[in-house]
Amino acid sequence: MDVVVLQLFNGISVSSILLLIALGLSITFGLMKVINMAHGELIMIGAYTAYVVQNLFTSYMPASLFGWYFVLAIPASFIVAFLFGLVLEMGLIRFLYGRPLDSLLATWGVGLMLQQIARSIFGAPNVGVTSPEWLNGGMTVLGDVVLPYKRLFILGLVLVCLFLMYVYIYRSHSGRRMRAVMQNREMAACLGISTRRVDAVTFAIGSGIAGIAGCALTLIGPIGPSIGTYYIVDAFMVVVLGGVGKLVGTVFGAVGIGLSNTLFEYWTTASLGKVLVFLCIVAFLQWKPSGLVAMRSRSLDN
Amino acid sequence: MRSSAKGGVGMQLRTWTSRRLWLLAVYAASAAVLFCAPLMLSDFRLNLLAKFLAYAIVALGLDLIWGYTGILSLGHGVFFGLGGYAMAMYLKLAASGGRLPDFMDWSGLTVLPWFWKPFESIGFAIAAGILLPALLALILGYVTFRNRIRGVYFTILTQALVIITTTLFVGQQAYTGGTNGVTGYSKLFGYSLASPETKRWLYFVTVGVLIGAFLLCRFLVKSRFGKVLRAIRDGENRVRFIGYNPAIYQMVAFAISAGLAGLAGMLFVLHVGIISPSMMGIVPSIEMVLWVAIGGRGTLGGAVLGAVLLNSAKSTFSESYPDMWTLFLGALFVVVVVFLPKGAAGLIGQLRGIGRRKGRESDERTSGVRNPAV
Repeated sequence: MDVVVLQLFNGISVSSILLLIALGLSITFGLMKVINMAHGELIMIGAYTAYVVQNLFTSYMPASLFGWYFVLAIPASFIVAFLFGLVLEMGLIRFLYGRPLDSLLATWGVGLMLQQIARSIFGAPNVGVTSPEWLNGGMTVLGDVVLPYKRLFILGLVLVCLFLMYVYIYRSHSGRRMRAVMQNREMAACLGISTRRVDAVTFAIGSGIAGIAGCALTLIGPIGPSIGTYYIVDAFMVVVLGGVGKLVGTVFGAVGIGLSNTLFEYWTTASLGKVLVFLCIVAFLQWKPSGLVAMRSRSLDN
Repeated sequence: MRSSAKGGVGMQLRTWTSRRLWLLAVYAASAAVLFCAPLMLSDFRLNLLAKFLAYAIVALGLDLIWGYTGILSLGHGVFFGLGGYAMAMYLKLAASGGRLPDFMDWSGLTVLPWFWKPFESIGFAIAAGILLPALLALILGYVTFRNRIRGVYFTILTQALVIITTTLFVGQQAYTGGTNGVTGYSKLFGYSLASPETKRWLYFVTVGVLIGAFLLCRFLVKSRFGKVLRAIRDGENRVRFIGYNPAIYQMVAFAISAGLAGLAGMLFVLHVGIISPSMMGIVPSIEMVLWVAIGGRGTLGGAVLGAVLLNSAKSTFSESYPDMWTLFLGALFVVVVVFLPKGAAGLIGQLRGIGRRKGRESDERTSGVRNPAV
């Protein structure tokens, strides 16, 4: 029983991290059909922002306040990654709309450059970020199962992000414009929506969420220039499995992959588990080729 | 090119002869240079060139599927690696001389695994090196193209295939040699692999295979089959409405492409003497795509040129300035995609066209990728 609960918790924890990473992807991919391979590097930027904020706190702030650096690091990561995303969209992505495969290659190049730049600034070895004290330890449930606070915190963070995104996409004016552009770009433009601006803002928001994901990853382990590549393919699989265009799909995709990953790896070995998950995804796509939740559309090529 | 060319035979003949002759001269000159290279290069350089030519075979296959069919595969590292491992298994068994390969000993195996047994025969190894990747591609193609999973979805799946294959190969250390891969060969057909004569001989084999692969791709591209591939690239649904089944064409093209990658992997192992999971990972796989993009997708000569050029540049610069090389590589991706979608071959065509406007137009019609892969 304990083992089951622990594995379940681990699975959900993995899912939450995947979800945080895939959330950003699902909007950029869902709205603009842009495959942003540099998403992993935006995660890396978020993680290094948290690292810098931590260092600033240790040098300029009294030690008693150190525990609060993380609270500041989350919005800081968002803003830095947001700005990077904005620059990326305006400088490169906007030339690549309608060419998804080309956008994939170009953003891969950008990711490669960003990794190299991070390597020259922060050095190739991984750096550690000290988690704030109030996140150490864990909650004991069912006698002797310990759920670490860090993992619970990430879970909470994901839920908050999910809620905010829901509100933004489905309840705000700006979100409605975004959905309008996603559903029918020409029509939205005819109605006076500046699709260029929507594109830029959407891409930047997706990037900002990647920044938050990076900030959360600092709680789990040391960070390095190539931390993003570690997660990026899994995150894309979440999007493929979940389908694009709806938040629900991404959530299900993340939970599905996260849970099955943990369970298969528990039953078999780490490497065989990954193979099984891949086979399951391919098998699932036989049944629903466009993912779990697909946008209904009458157009033939989309 | 059966009936469709009839209408424009007269017009075609005019541009045909000069263009054909020109191309033929270029091909003949390239082949001559390749065959004379051993006279001019040191053994070390020759070995490098042989490695690049093996890469060029991958580029040809990749061009077939990407440049001509519009399907971007980021999984060719796996096919390349499978071919490499097939050859490596034969060489390793030959080097171990009836005993268990050393890394199996270290991992505590006592008997040779059943799937290693057949690799004692070179014939089986060569066949497996081509057919296994082709079969894997066929299966992957069957489960994706049939369901119209294509475009970026397919690309992401191929990338996932790379990840799981490399983790599997790293994880199953006893059977695959783990991170270190399979190395430590001695002989091929009883000839020492280390001797310069064998290396020179292998170089000629590689040149021969490359020319063969080139002619095969050229034949495919010029045939009716190739025409359907290009039609799929430019408008898959139209092809479907005309009554073709694009999935079958895509599967076959993907399998041929994977088979070529496997063939290249086998030659690569003979030249380099090692195959490991890091040579079939995500980064090498996407670099293969860059070779084609730089040379010019949709032109076979461009793919070969791109592979040789980029790898020569890499081996020249990356040793002295590894950091700068990574930055350069990243920038190259961006520049090629944004400014040179047709690659070097397109650039040459443009430059030639400045002098001869007419020539350029017909040139573009036959070789250019007007509608970039979507």
